Amino acid sequence: MIKTNKKIPKNIILSLEDVSISYGTFEAVKNVFCNFKRGDITSLIGPSGCGKSTVLRALNRMNDLIPNCSLKGTVLFDGTNIYDKRVDPVEVRRRIGMVFQQPNPFPKSIYENIAFGARINGFTGNMDELVESSLRKAAVWSECKDKLNDSGYSLSGGQQQRLCIARTIAIEPEIILMDEPCSALDPISTLKIEETMHELKKNYTIIIVTHNMQQALRVSDMTAFFNAIEYEDGDGGKVGYLAEFDSTKKIFNSPKEKTTQEYISGKFG
Amino acid sequence: MNSLYYQKKLSRNVGDKFFTSLSVFCAFIAILPLIFVVTYILIKGGAQINSDLFTLEPNPPGDDLDAGGINPALIGTLIITTIASIIAIPVGVGGGIYLAEYSKGGPFSKFIRFGVNVLAGVPSIIAGVFIYALIVSTKILFGSMYSGLAGGMALSILMLPTVIKTTDEGLKLVPNELRYASLGIGASMYTTILKITLPSAFRSIATGVVLGIARAAGETAPLIFTALFSYYYIVGFEDLFYEMGSLAVLIYNFALEPYDAQNKLAWAASFILVISILSVNIFSRILAAFTETTKRV
Repeated sequence: MIKTNKKIPKNIILSLEDVSISYGTFEAVKNVFCNFKRGDITSLIGPSGCGKSTVLRALNRMNDLIPNCSLKGTVLFDGTNIYDKRVDPVEVRRRIGMVFQQPNPFPKSIYENIAFGARINGFTGNMDELVESSLRKAAVWSECKDKLNDSGYSLSGGQQQRLCIARTIAIEPEIILMDEPCSALDPISTLKIEETMHELKKNYTIIIVTHNMQQALRVSDMTAFFNAIEYEDGDGGKVGYLAEFDSTKKIFNSPKEKTTQEYISGKFG
Repeated sequence: MNSLYYQKKLSRNVGDKFFTSLSVFCAFIAILPLIFVVTYILIKGGAQINSDLFTLEPNPPGDDLDAGGINPALIGTLIITTIASIIAIPVGVGGGIYLAEYSKGGPFSKFIRFGVNVLAGVPSIIAGVFIYALIVSTKILFGSMYSGLAGGMALSILMLPTVIKTTDEGLKLVPNELRYASLGIGASMYTTILKITLPSAFRSIATGVVLGIARAAGETAPLIFTALFSYYYIVGFEDLFYEMGSLAVLIYNFALEPYDAQNKLAWAASFILVISILSVNIFSRILAAFTETTKRV
Protein backbone atom coordinates (compact mmCIF):
# COMPACT_ATOMS: atom_id res chain seq x y z
CA MET A 1 0.00 0.00 0.00
CA ILE A 2 1.05 3.53 -0.65
CA LYS A 3 0.58 5.01 2.79
CA THR A 4 2.04 8.13 4.24
CA ASN A 5 3.45 8.25 7.72
CA LYS A 6 1.50 11.30 8.74
CA LYS A 7 -1.11 10.83 11.42
CA ILE A 8 -4.57 11.40 10.04
CA PRO A 9 -7.55 11.04 12.36
CA LYS A 10 -9.60 7.94 11.58
CA ASN A 11 -12.77 9.86 10.94
CA ILE A 12 -11.18 11.81 8.09
CA ILE A 13 -11.87 10.00 4.82
CA LEU A 14 -10.40 12.50 2.37
CA SER A 15 -7.73 15.02 3.04
CA LEU A 16 -6.40 17.71 0.70
CA GLU A 17 -2.89 18.91 1.53
CA ASP A 18 -1.64 21.99 -0.24
CA VAL A 19 -3.49 21.16 -3.46
CA SER A 20 -3.03 23.49 -6.44
CA ILE A 21 -4.64 22.70 -9.79
CA SER A 22 -3.73 24.29 -13.11
CA TYR A 23 -5.03 24.11 -16.65
CA GLY A 24 -1.87 24.49 -18.69
CA THR A 25 -0.18 27.58 -17.32
CA PHE A 26 -3.39 28.96 -15.87
CA GLU A 27 -3.69 28.28 -12.16
CA ALA A 28 -7.33 27.58 -11.33
CA VAL A 29 -7.11 27.03 -7.60
CA LYS A 30 -4.21 27.02 -5.20
CA ASN A 31 -3.03 25.94 -1.78
CA VAL A 32 -6.15 24.14 -0.63
CA PHE A 33 -6.00 22.38 2.72
CA CYS A 34 -9.18 20.57 3.62
CA ASN A 35 -10.33 17.50 5.56
CA PHE A 36 -13.58 15.72 4.73
CA LYS A 37 -15.15 13.74 7.55
CA ARG A 38 -16.51 10.24 7.06
CA GLY A 39 -20.32 10.13 6.93
CA ASP A 40 -20.73 13.87 6.54
CA ILE A 41 -22.31 15.83 3.75
CA THR A 42 -19.88 18.59 2.84
CA SER A 43 -20.89 21.29 0.43
CA LEU A 44 -18.54 23.41 -1.64
CA ILE A 45 -19.92 26.86 -2.37
CA GLY A 46 -18.51 30.00 -3.94
CA PRO A 47 -18.80 32.34 -6.90
CA SER A 48 -18.27 31.16 -10.49
CA GLY A 49 -14.67 30.54 -11.43
CA CYS A 50 -13.49 29.91 -7.88
CA GLY A 51 -12.47 26.36 -8.71
CA LYS A 52 -14.95 24.41 -6.59
CA SER A 53 -15.93 22.05 -9.42
CA THR A 54 -12.26 21.68 -10.31
CA VAL A 55 -11.50 20.64 -6.74
CA LEU A 56 -14.43 18.20 -6.74
CA ARG A 57 -13.26 16.55 -9.96
CA ALA A 58 -9.78 16.29 -8.51
CA LEU A 59 -11.12 14.08 -5.73
CA ASN A 60 -11.68 11.08 -8.00
CA ARG A 61 -9.21 11.99 -10.71
CA MET A 62 -11.83 13.02 -13.27
CA ASN A 63 -9.49 15.90 -14.08
CA ASP A 64 -7.21 13.36 -15.73
CA LEU A 65 -9.67 13.41 -18.63
CA ILE A 66 -9.17 17.11 -19.25
CA PRO A 67 -6.09 17.79 -21.36
CA ASN A 68 -3.39 19.95 -19.72
CA CYS A 69 -4.92 19.70 -16.26
CA SER A 70 -2.29 19.12 -13.60
CA LEU A 71 -2.33 18.92 -9.82
CA LYS A 72 0.29 19.69 -7.21
CA GLY A 73 0.03 18.59 -3.61
CA THR A 74 -1.53 15.44 -2.22
CA VAL A 75 -5.06 14.08 -1.97
CA LEU A 76 -5.16 11.44 0.73
CA PHE A 77 -7.98 8.92 0.56
CA ASP A 78 -7.89 6.55 3.54
CA GLY A 79 -4.24 7.53 3.96
CA THR A 80 -3.30 6.84 0.33
CA ASN A 81 -2.25 9.60 -2.02
CA ILE A 82 -4.51 9.04 -5.01
CA TYR A 83 -2.14 11.05 -7.20
CA ASP A 84 0.73 8.66 -6.56
CA LYS A 85 2.09 7.29 -9.84
CA ARG A 86 1.30 3.72 -8.80
CA VAL A 87 -2.40 4.43 -8.21
CA ASP A 88 -4.90 3.23 -10.84
CA PRO A 89 -7.45 6.01 -11.46
CA VAL A 90 -10.07 3.45 -12.48
CA GLU A 91 -9.87 1.89 -9.00
CA VAL A 92 -10.11 5.35 -7.40
CA ARG A 93 -13.31 6.08 -9.32
CA ARG A 94 -14.81 2.78 -8.21
CA ARG A 95 -14.35 3.81 -4.59
CA ILE A 96 -15.29 7.47 -5.14
CA GLY A 97 -18.32 7.71 -7.45
CA MET A 98 -19.57 10.83 -9.16
CA VAL A 99 -22.92 12.37 -10.12
CA PHE A 100 -22.79 15.12 -12.72
CA GLN A 101 -24.49 18.44 -13.35
CA GLN A 102 -26.54 17.25 -16.31
CA PRO A 103 -28.41 13.98 -15.81
CA ASN A 104 -26.48 11.61 -18.08
CA PRO A 105 -28.06 8.16 -18.10
CA PHE A 106 -26.62 5.67 -20.57
CA PRO A 107 -28.66 5.11 -23.74
CA LYS A 108 -29.74 1.77 -22.30
CA SER A 109 -32.65 0.44 -20.28
CA ILE A 110 -33.13 1.61 -16.70
CA TYR A 111 -32.15 -1.86 -15.50
CA GLU A 112 -28.98 -1.86 -17.61
CA ASN A 113 -28.06 1.61 -16.41
CA ILE A 114 -27.71 0.20 -12.90
CA ALA A 115 -26.37 -3.21 -13.89
CA PHE A 116 -23.62 -1.83 -16.15
CA GLY A 117 -21.50 -0.39 -13.37
CA ALA A 118 -22.05 -3.33 -11.06
CA ARG A 119 -21.13 -5.81 -13.75
CA ILE A 120 -17.87 -4.11 -14.72
CA ASN A 121 -17.00 -4.02 -11.04
CA GLY A 122 -17.27 -7.78 -10.90
CA PHE A 123 -20.60 -7.99 -9.06
CA THR A 124 -21.73 -11.61 -8.94
CA GLY A 125 -24.72 -11.46 -6.58
CA ASN A 126 -28.39 -11.16 -7.43
CA MET A 127 -28.55 -8.39 -10.01
CA ASP A 128 -32.34 -7.93 -9.73
CA GLU A 129 -31.97 -7.33 -6.01
CA LEU A 130 -29.13 -4.88 -6.52
CA VAL A 131 -31.10 -2.91 -9.10
CA GLU A 132 -34.10 -2.71 -6.79
CA SER A 133 -32.13 -1.73 -3.70
CA SER A 134 -30.10 0.89 -5.57
CA LEU A 135 -33.23 2.43 -7.06
CA ARG A 136 -34.89 2.35 -3.64
CA LYS A 137 -31.95 4.07 -1.98
CA ALA A 138 -32.06 6.77 -4.64
CA ALA A 139 -35.82 7.16 -4.01
CA VAL A 140 -36.77 6.48 -7.60
CA TRP A 141 -37.95 2.86 -7.32
CA SER A 142 -41.66 3.60 -7.27
CA GLU A 143 -41.39 5.55 -10.52
CA CYS A 144 -39.21 2.96 -12.24
CA LYS A 145 -40.40 -0.41 -11.05
CA ASP A 146 -42.94 -0.92 -13.84
CA LYS A 147 -40.65 0.12 -16.66
CA LEU A 148 -37.23 -1.28 -15.88
CA ASN A 149 -36.81 -2.25 -19.52
CA ASP A 150 -37.62 1.20 -20.86
CA SER A 151 -34.84 3.53 -21.94
CA GLY A 152 -33.29 5.68 -19.22
CA TYR A 153 -34.22 8.66 -21.39
CA SER A 154 -37.94 7.96 -20.91
CA LEU A 155 -37.71 9.38 -17.39
CA SER A 156 -38.09 13.04 -16.47
CA GLY A 157 -35.00 15.13 -15.70
CA GLY A 158 -35.31 14.72 -11.95
CA GLN A 159 -35.92 10.99 -12.24
CA GLN A 160 -32.95 10.69 -14.60
CA GLN A 161 -30.74 12.38 -12.04
CA ARG A 162 -31.92 10.01 -9.32
CA LEU A 163 -31.28 7.13 -11.72
CA CYS A 164 -27.74 8.46 -12.07
CA ILE A 165 -27.43 8.53 -8.29
CA ALA A 166 -28.76 4.96 -8.13
CA ARG A 167 -26.21 3.97 -10.75
CA THR A 168 -23.45 5.40 -8.59
CA ILE A 169 -24.78 3.72 -5.45
CA ALA A 170 -24.85 0.37 -7.23
CA ILE A 171 -21.07 0.24 -7.38
CA GLU A 172 -20.97 0.64 -3.57
CA PRO A 173 -18.56 3.56 -3.43
CA GLU A 174 -17.32 5.03 -0.15
CA ILE A 175 -17.74 8.60 -1.26
CA ILE A 176 -20.26 10.13 -3.67
CA LEU A 177 -19.25 13.36 -5.37
CA MET A 178 -22.05 15.51 -6.73
CA ASP A 179 -21.35 18.37 -9.11
CA GLU A 180 -24.34 20.73 -8.91
CA PRO A 181 -26.73 17.77 -9.18
CA CYS A 182 -29.84 19.93 -9.04
CA SER A 183 -28.89 22.86 -11.23
CA ALA A 184 -30.80 21.42 -14.20
CA LEU A 185 -33.84 20.43 -12.16
CA ASP A 186 -37.09 21.96 -10.99
CA PRO A 187 -37.68 22.70 -7.27
CA ILE A 188 -39.73 19.57 -6.62
CA SER A 189 -37.13 17.26 -8.14
CA THR A 190 -34.48 19.18 -6.20
CA LEU A 191 -36.34 18.53 -2.98
CA LYS A 192 -36.53 14.83 -3.77
CA ILE A 193 -32.81 14.65 -4.49
CA GLU A 194 -32.12 16.39 -1.19
CA GLU A 195 -34.28 13.85 0.63
CA THR A 196 -32.35 11.15 -1.16
CA MET A 197 -29.11 12.67 0.07
CA HIS A 198 -30.31 12.60 3.65
CA GLU A 199 -31.06 8.89 3.23
CA LEU A 200 -27.68 8.23 1.66
CA LYS A 201 -25.84 9.96 4.47
CA LYS A 202 -26.33 6.89 6.63
CA ASN A 203 -24.04 4.81 4.43
CA TYR A 204 -21.95 7.20 2.37
CA THR A 205 -19.83 10.29 2.59
CA ILE A 206 -21.15 12.95 0.23
CA ILE A 207 -19.36 15.97 -1.16
CA ILE A 208 -21.55 18.32 -3.18
CA VAL A 209 -20.83 21.42 -5.22
CA THR A 210 -23.79 23.77 -5.27
CA HIS A 211 -24.60 27.29 -6.40
CA ASN A 212 -27.67 27.27 -4.24
CA MET A 213 -26.79 28.48 -0.75
CA GLN A 214 -30.15 27.43 0.66
CA GLN A 215 -29.40 23.94 -0.55
CA ALA A 216 -26.01 23.96 1.18
CA LEU A 217 -27.74 25.10 4.35
CA ARG A 218 -30.44 22.41 4.06
CA VAL A 219 -28.34 19.39 3.28
CA SER A 220 -24.80 19.78 4.52
CA ASP A 221 -23.00 19.34 7.83
CA MET A 222 -19.86 21.13 6.72
CA THR A 223 -19.43 23.92 4.21
CA ALA A 224 -16.33 25.02 2.35
CA PHE A 225 -16.46 28.51 0.90
CA PHE A 226 -14.19 29.04 -2.09
CA ASN A 227 -13.41 32.48 -3.40
CA ALA A 228 -11.37 33.87 -6.27
CA ILE A 229 -8.86 36.69 -6.05
CA GLU A 230 -7.04 38.50 -8.79
CA TYR A 231 -3.43 37.62 -9.35
CA GLU A 232 -0.92 39.79 -7.59
CA ASP A 233 0.69 40.78 -10.89
CA GLY A 234 -2.68 42.23 -11.82
CA ASP A 235 -3.28 40.98 -15.37
CA GLY A 236 -6.93 40.42 -14.59
CA GLY A 237 -6.73 36.62 -14.21
CA LYS A 238 -8.25 35.09 -11.11
CA VAL A 239 -7.17 32.21 -8.95
CA GLY A 240 -9.41 30.30 -6.59
CA TYR A 241 -8.63 29.52 -2.96
CA LEU A 242 -10.39 28.01 0.01
CA ALA A 243 -11.53 31.03 1.98
CA GLU A 244 -13.27 29.35 4.88
CA PHE A 245 -14.12 25.84 5.96
CA ASP A 246 -16.30 25.18 8.95
CA SER A 247 -19.57 23.65 10.06
CA THR A 248 -22.47 24.81 7.93
CA LYS A 249 -24.05 26.48 10.94
CA LYS A 250 -20.99 28.60 11.61
CA ILE A 251 -20.49 29.52 7.96
CA PHE A 252 -24.05 30.75 7.64
CA ASN A 253 -24.47 32.29 11.08
CA SER A 254 -21.13 33.64 12.16
CA PRO A 255 -18.52 33.41 9.41
CA LYS A 256 -15.02 34.51 10.32
CA GLU A 257 -14.19 36.01 6.94
CA LYS A 258 -15.75 39.18 5.65
CA THR A 259 -15.97 37.80 2.09
CA THR A 260 -17.89 34.76 3.32
CA GLN A 261 -20.37 37.04 5.03
CA GLU A 262 -20.72 39.07 1.86
CA TYR A 263 -21.18 36.03 -0.36
CA ILE A 264 -23.72 34.42 1.98
CA SER A 265 -25.75 37.59 2.09
CA GLY A 266 -25.70 37.86 -1.69
CA LYS A 267 -23.48 40.91 -2.11
CA PHE A 268 -21.50 39.16 -4.89
CA GLY A 269 -21.36 35.80 -6.59
CA MET B 1 -37.14 59.97 -49.83
CA ASN B 2 -37.56 56.63 -51.53
CA SER B 3 -40.89 54.88 -51.42
CA LEU B 4 -41.12 51.86 -49.08
CA TYR B 5 -42.72 49.79 -51.85
CA TYR B 6 -40.68 47.25 -53.80
CA GLN B 7 -39.39 48.78 -57.03
CA LYS B 8 -38.53 46.39 -59.84
CA LYS B 9 -36.43 48.88 -61.79
CA LEU B 10 -34.06 49.64 -58.96
CA SER B 11 -30.54 48.54 -59.98
CA ARG B 12 -30.01 46.48 -56.80
CA ASN B 13 -33.27 44.62 -57.37
CA VAL B 14 -32.44 43.97 -61.02
CA GLY B 15 -28.98 42.67 -60.02
CA ASP B 16 -30.51 40.54 -57.31
CA LYS B 17 -32.96 38.93 -59.77
CA PHE B 18 -30.16 38.32 -62.27
CA PHE B 19 -27.86 36.55 -59.83
CA THR B 20 -30.68 34.49 -58.37
CA SER B 21 -31.63 33.17 -61.81
CA LEU B 22 -27.97 32.64 -62.71
CA SER B 23 -27.36 30.46 -59.67
CA VAL B 24 -30.56 28.50 -60.26
CA PHE B 25 -29.44 27.92 -63.85
CA CYS B 26 -25.99 26.72 -62.76
CA ALA B 27 -27.52 24.41 -60.17
CA PHE B 28 -29.68 22.91 -62.91
CA ILE B 29 -26.68 22.41 -65.23
CA ALA B 30 -24.83 20.75 -62.39
CA ILE B 31 -27.49 18.12 -61.87
CA LEU B 32 -27.94 17.41 -65.63
CA PRO B 33 -25.03 14.95 -66.02
CA LEU B 34 -26.38 12.82 -63.19
CA ILE B 35 -29.85 12.74 -64.69
CA PHE B 36 -28.54 11.96 -68.20
CA VAL B 37 -26.08 9.30 -67.07
CA VAL B 38 -28.58 7.51 -64.88
CA THR B 39 -31.44 7.60 -67.39
CA TYR B 40 -29.19 6.60 -70.29
CA ILE B 41 -27.82 3.64 -68.37
CA LEU B 42 -31.25 2.67 -67.12
CA ILE B 43 -32.64 2.67 -70.67
CA LYS B 44 -29.65 1.10 -72.42
CA GLY B 45 -28.85 -1.40 -69.70
CA GLY B 46 -32.34 -2.09 -68.46
CA ALA B 47 -33.25 -3.53 -71.88
CA GLN B 48 -30.51 -6.17 -71.53
CA ILE B 49 -31.64 -7.57 -68.21
CA ASN B 50 -32.68 -11.23 -68.30
CA SER B 51 -32.24 -14.22 -66.04
CA ASP B 52 -29.30 -15.68 -68.05
CA LEU B 53 -27.37 -12.55 -67.22
CA PHE B 54 -27.10 -13.51 -63.58
CA THR B 55 -26.28 -17.17 -64.08
CA LEU B 56 -24.00 -17.51 -67.12
CA GLU B 57 -20.31 -16.95 -67.72
CA PRO B 58 -19.46 -14.29 -70.29
CA ASN B 59 -18.42 -15.74 -73.63
CA PRO B 60 -15.07 -14.68 -75.04
CA PRO B 61 -15.40 -11.77 -77.47
CA GLY B 62 -15.46 -12.67 -81.12
CA ASP B 63 -18.31 -15.13 -80.93
CA ASP B 64 -20.94 -12.70 -82.07
CA LEU B 65 -23.92 -14.93 -81.42
CA ASP B 66 -24.29 -14.78 -77.68
CA ALA B 67 -22.36 -12.85 -75.06
CA GLY B 68 -23.44 -14.94 -72.07
CA GLY B 69 -23.88 -13.52 -68.56
CA ILE B 70 -22.02 -11.64 -65.89
CA ASN B 71 -22.26 -14.09 -63.02
CA PRO B 72 -18.48 -14.33 -62.31
CA ALA B 73 -18.11 -10.55 -62.37
CA LEU B 74 -21.10 -10.03 -60.07
CA ILE B 75 -19.86 -12.58 -57.54
CA GLY B 76 -16.32 -11.24 -57.98
CA THR B 77 -17.37 -7.70 -57.11
CA LEU B 78 -19.14 -9.01 -54.00
CA ILE B 79 -16.08 -11.00 -52.93
CA ILE B 80 -13.57 -8.25 -53.63
CA THR B 81 -15.59 -5.61 -51.75
CA THR B 82 -16.08 -8.05 -48.88
CA ILE B 83 -12.32 -8.61 -48.66
CA ALA B 84 -11.79 -4.84 -48.78
CA SER B 85 -14.33 -4.38 -45.97
CA ILE B 86 -12.78 -7.10 -43.84
CA ILE B 87 -9.45 -5.26 -44.04
CA ALA B 88 -10.61 -1.65 -43.99
CA ILE B 89 -13.39 -1.71 -41.37
CA PRO B 90 -11.40 -3.03 -38.38
CA VAL B 91 -8.33 -0.95 -39.20
CA GLY B 92 -10.36 2.15 -40.00
CA VAL B 93 -12.65 1.91 -36.97
CA GLY B 94 -9.64 1.20 -34.77
CA GLY B 95 -7.79 4.20 -36.14
CA GLY B 96 -10.86 6.38 -35.73
CA ILE B 97 -11.19 5.25 -32.12
CA TYR B 98 -7.58 6.22 -31.50
CA LEU B 99 -8.10 9.68 -33.03
CA ALA B 100 -11.35 10.44 -31.24
CA GLU B 101 -10.84 8.76 -27.87
CA TYR B 102 -7.19 8.30 -27.04
CA SER B 103 -5.21 10.95 -28.88
CA LYS B 104 -4.74 14.23 -27.06
CA GLY B 105 -4.21 16.38 -30.15
CA GLY B 106 -0.45 15.84 -30.17
CA PRO B 107 1.81 15.76 -33.22
CA PHE B 108 1.21 12.06 -33.84
CA SER B 109 -2.57 12.41 -34.12
CA LYS B 110 -2.18 15.56 -36.23
CA PHE B 111 0.09 13.60 -38.52
CA ILE B 112 -2.46 10.79 -38.80
CA ARG B 113 -5.33 13.19 -39.52
CA PHE B 114 -3.24 14.87 -42.20
CA GLY B 115 -2.25 11.51 -43.62
CA VAL B 116 -5.85 10.34 -43.77
CA ASN B 117 -6.85 13.47 -45.68
CA VAL B 118 -4.00 12.93 -48.14
CA LEU B 119 -4.97 9.29 -48.54
CA ALA B 120 -8.54 10.35 -49.30
CA GLY B 121 -7.24 12.43 -52.18
CA VAL B 122 -4.89 9.82 -53.63
CA PRO B 123 -6.04 8.82 -57.14
CA SER B 124 -7.43 5.29 -57.12
CA ILE B 125 -5.01 4.15 -59.81
CA ILE B 126 -2.13 4.84 -57.41
CA ALA B 127 -3.66 2.42 -54.92
CA GLY B 128 -3.73 -0.17 -57.70
CA VAL B 129 -0.13 0.42 -58.74
CA PHE B 130 0.97 0.29 -55.11
CA ILE B 131 -0.62 -3.12 -54.51
CA TYR B 132 0.69 -4.27 -57.87
CA ALA B 133 4.23 -3.43 -56.85
CA LEU B 134 3.83 -4.74 -53.30
CA ILE B 135 1.89 -7.96 -53.89
CA VAL B 136 1.29 -8.83 -57.50
CA SER B 137 4.76 -8.42 -58.99
CA THR B 138 6.47 -9.90 -55.93
CA LYS B 139 4.14 -12.97 -55.85
CA ILE B 140 4.22 -12.66 -52.10
CA LEU B 141 0.77 -14.23 -51.63
CA PHE B 142 1.60 -17.95 -51.92
CA GLY B 143 3.12 -17.39 -55.34
CA SER B 144 -0.07 -16.06 -56.92
CA MET B 145 0.09 -12.92 -59.01
CA TYR B 146 -3.16 -11.23 -60.01
CA SER B 147 -5.80 -12.25 -57.49
CA GLY B 148 -9.11 -11.29 -55.92
CA LEU B 149 -7.24 -10.95 -52.65
CA ALA B 150 -4.91 -8.34 -54.10
CA GLY B 151 -7.93 -6.54 -55.59
CA GLY B 152 -9.59 -6.44 -52.17
CA MET B 153 -6.44 -4.99 -50.66
CA ALA B 154 -6.27 -2.24 -53.26
CA LEU B 155 -9.91 -1.31 -52.62
CA SER B 156 -9.37 -1.37 -48.86
CA ILE B 157 -6.82 1.42 -49.28
CA LEU B 158 -9.56 3.52 -50.89
CA MET B 159 -12.07 2.67 -48.17
CA LEU B 160 -9.77 3.39 -45.24
CA PRO B 161 -9.91 7.20 -45.16
CA THR B 162 -13.73 7.26 -45.31
CA VAL B 163 -14.02 4.73 -42.49
CA ILE B 164 -11.43 6.47 -40.28
CA LYS B 165 -12.97 9.90 -40.81
CA THR B 166 -16.56 8.88 -40.16
CA THR B 167 -15.58 6.88 -37.08
CA ASP B 168 -13.60 9.83 -35.75
CA GLU B 169 -16.45 12.26 -36.43
CA GLY B 170 -19.16 9.89 -35.22
CA LEU B 171 -17.37 9.35 -31.92
CA LYS B 172 -16.78 13.07 -31.47
CA LEU B 173 -20.55 13.60 -31.67
CA VAL B 174 -21.06 11.41 -28.60
CA PRO B 175 -21.46 13.85 -25.70
CA ASN B 176 -18.59 13.88 -23.23
CA GLU B 177 -21.05 13.56 -20.34
CA LEU B 178 -21.69 10.00 -21.42
CA ARG B 179 -17.98 9.18 -21.23
CA TYR B 180 -17.67 10.86 -17.86
CA ALA B 181 -20.70 8.94 -16.60
CA SER B 182 -19.09 5.66 -17.47
CA LEU B 183 -15.61 6.58 -16.25
CA GLY B 184 -17.13 8.14 -13.13
CA ILE B 185 -18.50 4.79 -11.99
CA GLY B 186 -15.15 3.13 -12.43
CA ALA B 187 -15.33 1.80 -15.98
CA SER B 188 -12.00 1.57 -17.74
CA MET B 189 -11.39 3.48 -20.96
CA TYR B 190 -11.70 0.23 -22.90
CA THR B 191 -15.06 -0.75 -21.39
CA THR B 192 -16.35 2.79 -21.89
CA ILE B 193 -15.47 2.80 -25.57
CA LEU B 194 -16.70 -0.72 -26.24
CA LYS B 195 -19.94 -0.58 -24.24
CA ILE B 196 -20.94 3.09 -24.26
CA THR B 197 -19.34 5.30 -26.89
CA LEU B 198 -19.11 2.90 -29.82
CA PRO B 199 -22.76 1.73 -29.57
CA SER B 200 -23.87 5.38 -29.36
CA ALA B 201 -21.94 6.22 -32.51
CA PHE B 202 -22.79 2.96 -34.25
CA ARG B 203 -25.17 4.36 -36.84
CA SER B 204 -22.98 7.22 -38.00
CA ILE B 205 -20.05 4.84 -38.27
CA ALA B 206 -22.20 2.37 -40.20
CA THR B 207 -23.23 5.15 -42.58
CA GLY B 208 -19.59 5.95 -43.29
CA VAL B 209 -18.72 2.31 -43.79
CA VAL B 210 -21.57 1.86 -46.26
CA LEU B 211 -20.47 4.94 -48.21
CA GLY B 212 -16.93 3.62 -48.25
CA ILE B 213 -18.12 0.29 -49.61
CA ALA B 214 -20.18 2.05 -52.27
CA ARG B 215 -17.15 4.02 -53.38
CA ALA B 216 -14.91 0.98 -53.50
CA ALA B 217 -17.38 -1.22 -55.39
CA GLY B 218 -17.40 1.06 -58.40
CA GLU B 219 -13.62 1.44 -58.76
CA THR B 220 -11.98 0.10 -61.91
CA ALA B 221 -8.44 1.40 -62.01
CA PRO B 222 -7.10 -0.34 -58.90
CA LEU B 223 -8.61 -3.65 -60.02
CA ILE B 224 -7.00 -3.61 -63.47
CA PHE B 225 -3.61 -3.83 -61.76
CA THR B 226 -4.57 -6.32 -59.10
CA ALA B 227 -7.56 -8.58 -59.72
CA LEU B 228 -7.42 -8.34 -63.49
CA PHE B 229 -10.35 -10.23 -65.02
CA SER B 230 -11.70 -13.73 -65.40
CA TYR B 231 -14.33 -15.32 -67.60
CA TYR B 232 -14.93 -18.31 -65.37
CA TYR B 233 -17.25 -19.16 -62.53
CA ILE B 234 -15.91 -18.75 -59.04
CA VAL B 235 -16.25 -22.23 -57.60
CA GLY B 236 -14.10 -22.48 -54.51
CA PHE B 237 -11.90 -20.87 -51.93
CA GLU B 238 -8.74 -21.30 -53.98
CA ASP B 239 -10.18 -18.98 -56.65
CA LEU B 240 -9.32 -16.11 -54.32
CA PHE B 241 -5.70 -16.56 -55.36
CA TYR B 242 -6.39 -16.27 -59.08
CA GLU B 243 -7.55 -13.55 -61.43
CA MET B 244 -11.06 -12.49 -60.52
CA GLY B 245 -13.66 -10.67 -62.57
CA SER B 246 -15.57 -7.67 -61.36
CA LEU B 247 -18.40 -5.56 -62.75
CA ALA B 248 -16.26 -2.46 -63.18
CA VAL B 249 -13.49 -4.23 -65.10
CA LEU B 250 -16.05 -6.17 -67.15
CA ILE B 251 -17.54 -2.88 -68.26
CA TYR B 252 -14.08 -1.52 -69.06
CA ASN B 253 -13.14 -4.58 -71.10
CA PHE B 254 -16.40 -5.22 -72.94
CA ALA B 255 -17.38 -1.65 -73.71
CA LEU B 256 -14.24 -1.35 -75.82
CA GLU B 257 -14.86 -4.57 -77.78
CA PRO B 258 -15.91 -4.12 -81.40
CA TYR B 259 -18.70 -6.70 -81.02
CA ASP B 260 -22.24 -5.66 -80.31
CA ALA B 261 -23.02 -8.58 -77.99
CA GLN B 262 -20.19 -7.68 -75.63
CA ASN B 263 -21.18 -4.02 -75.66
CA LYS B 264 -24.69 -4.97 -74.61
CA LEU B 265 -23.28 -7.03 -71.76
CA ALA B 266 -21.26 -4.00 -70.65
CA TRP B 267 -24.47 -1.94 -70.61
CA ALA B 268 -26.23 -4.56 -68.54
CA ALA B 269 -23.33 -4.64 -66.08
CA SER B 270 -23.40 -0.82 -65.87
CA PHE B 271 -27.08 -0.99 -65.08
CA ILE B 272 -26.56 -3.42 -62.24
CA LEU B 273 -23.57 -1.52 -60.87
CA VAL B 274 -25.40 1.82 -60.91
CA ILE B 275 -28.50 0.36 -59.33
CA SER B 276 -26.56 -1.33 -56.54
CA ILE B 277 -24.41 1.71 -55.75
CA LEU B 278 -27.45 3.93 -55.86
CA SER B 279 -29.37 1.69 -53.47
CA VAL B 280 -26.38 1.43 -51.13
CA ASN B 281 -26.19 5.23 -51.08
CA ILE B 282 -29.91 5.55 -50.42
CA PHE B 283 -29.60 2.94 -47.67
CA SER B 284 -26.87 5.00 -46.01
CA ARG B 285 -29.06 8.11 -46.26
CA ILE B 286 -31.87 6.30 -44.49
CA LEU B 287 -29.41 5.09 -41.87
CA ALA B 288 -28.15 8.64 -41.33
CA ALA B 289 -31.66 10.11 -41.16
CA PHE B 290 -32.58 7.44 -38.64
CA THR B 291 -29.59 8.45 -36.55
CA GLU B 292 -30.65 12.06 -36.46
CA THR B 293 -34.13 11.29 -35.25
CA THR B 294 -32.98 8.91 -32.55
CA LYS B 295 -30.40 11.33 -31.19
CA ARG B 296 -32.99 13.61 -29.69
CA VAL B 297 -34.67 10.95 -27.58
